[in-house]
Amino acid sequence: MSNRRYGKTNLTIEVVMILVALVYVFPLYVLLNISLKPLDEVADSPLGLPEQFSLANYREAWDQASLGAALFNSTVVVLISVSLLIFIGSMAAYALARRQSRLSYGLYLLFLLGIILPFQLALIPLYQLMRDLQLLGTYTSLIIFYTGHQLPFTVFLYTGFLRALPRDYEHAALIDGASHFQAFRKVVFPLLRPVTGTVVILNGIFVWNDFLTPLLYVGGTPLQTLPVAIYSFVGQYVSQWGLVFAGLVIGIMPVLIVYFLLQRYIIRGFASGLKG
Amino acid sequence: MAGQPTGAAKPEGRGVFALLRKGRRGRSQAPWIFLLPALFMYALVMIYPSLAGSWYAFTNWDGLTRTASFVGLENFRQLLQDSQAIASLKNTIVLAVTVTIVQNAIGLLLALGVNYNIKSRNVLRVIFFASVVLTPVIVAFLWQYIYAPGGALNRVLDLLHLGWLKQDWLGDPNVALWAVIAVVIWQYAGYSMVIFLAGLQGVPQELYEAAEIDGAGTLQRFWNVTRPMIAPATTVNLMLSIIGGLRLFDQVFALTGGGPGYATETLSTVLYKQAFIVGAYGYGTAIALVLALIVACIAMIQLKVLRSQEVEA
Repeated sequence: MSNRRYGKTNLTIEVVMILVALVYVFPLYVLLNISLKPLDEVADSPLGLPEQFSLANYREAWDQASLGAALFNSTVVVLISVSLLIFIGSMAAYALARRQSRLSYGLYLLFLLGIILPFQLALIPLYQLMRDLQLLGTYTSLIIFYTGHQLPFTVFLYTGFLRALPRDYEHAALIDGASHFQAFRKVVFPLLRPVTGTVVILNGIFVWNDFLTPLLYVGGTPLQTLPVAIYSFVGQYVSQWGLVFAGLVIGIMPVLIVYFLLQRYIIRGFASGLKG
Repeated sequence: MAGQPTGAAKPEGRGVFALLRKGRRGRSQAPWIFLLPALFMYALVMIYPSLAGSWYAFTNWDGLTRTASFVGLENFRQLLQDSQAIASLKNTIVLAVTVTIVQNAIGLLLALGVNYNIKSRNVLRVIFFASVVLTPVIVAFLWQYIYAPGGALNRVLDLLHLGWLKQDWLGDPNVALWAVIAVVIWQYAGYSMVIFLAGLQGVPQELYEAAEIDGAGTLQRFWNVTRPMIAPATTVNLMLSIIGGLRLFDQVFALTGGGPGYATETLSTVLYKQAFIVGAYGYGTAIALVLALIVACIAMIQLKVLRSQEVEA
């Protein structure tokens, strides 16, 4: 820990860690490898490199699982939900952070409760509610769910950030005659950019990956999101592993690309996001 | 997860000056209307359905009729006699506890390794964390193949001449739950690592140097310097992994669907089946309520115990 020189111990630890990392990524190697193989080769030699690289599985998976539509659906739901979360969450946090009354602290705690509350408790009545409102099978149902479900966490992040933010700028704007909404939109909100980044990353990944709620709300409709489309695709093509894995790779790619492009911010977001 | 309540309402002092101050500040405060959209959405999606769920747990609601009649503790009595529900309760606790312990142990070791002065530390950090962002359903299907009787894991064991270790990983009721647990740990150990790493990077170098001068060995330095300094990270990690483990659904559902038999059934999979396949909404919400109570109790105990340890340290 305190070694500044690169000595024998460092080299040993380096080698051990790299070996661990190789074991760690082995499943992903299997995934990619098998997705490039025809069915008979999967059975004969699942672990060796493919004899010839073939994208046939990908073409078929793309068509059979209608992954294009699923990617589109997931993108729409993520974009709208996250935008609403930023908008509604930051405004609420502004009110909570800038009012120092017992009531606002109580409301803050009420929001925090929502972080721990298992969503399973709300799952069944909420499904019923969406059914009664005839929202099942629409984007709206999912967007409402994600906005409400992720608000506690979003409010928590924004409130923590706002409490550390000096009030001088907004005071100046208010004295210059700006309304509260103008002061918030033009002065405060731009200052929230770092935490907004965290909000986008954490909520975006959660919404993109979520499975049970979209399965219940839009499963079997043309609006199914990516995890649901993958789920039904795998159910149809059980044990045609090459084809299934090509579908999985397509499904995993968008997240992985975003991850590798933004890894610094994503890791920092996860590390800081949940620390009080 | 909740930070220290730094913004707790402070008594403002009394008298005319306090009132004046309050009045002046009152004008510069954000209006309550800023809160309304958030309160509305939160109430609609979380508070109302959770309260409704807590009520339906005491009824025989079938989800179709408008009316549900109050049956008292009947659902809970049924739960105690239902071998599926009892198995799921046991599995949920075994899964959450094992995941919490092993995932954090591995996460801590990875963090210590990556925090060491090695050349590949940044690349390694990115690799270990990558699985965290992957879609759980996709991860589950990948492992379904790895665990298949003719799948990757058994092939690897053959190659390593460890053929006697070969299993039907997801088909054997004695092994299946542990196989599911391993997938969850594989996916989220990087998450624990990143949080421990943030804690480790906050430990001042001078403390280690001082300890070294005092003659402390590596283990002593870890126990007396590192461990207390990363206590907040430990709190966060333990909370996240145990609550995450208790609520887990996607991986179990896609890997085994709860089988073989009830071997990997968790509270989440059982409540899903009871509500959406059997149609026993009242019973399903009763299971959900049990889950919610377990989560709440554990969260409170853990917060209390761990916070007090942090203060001591």
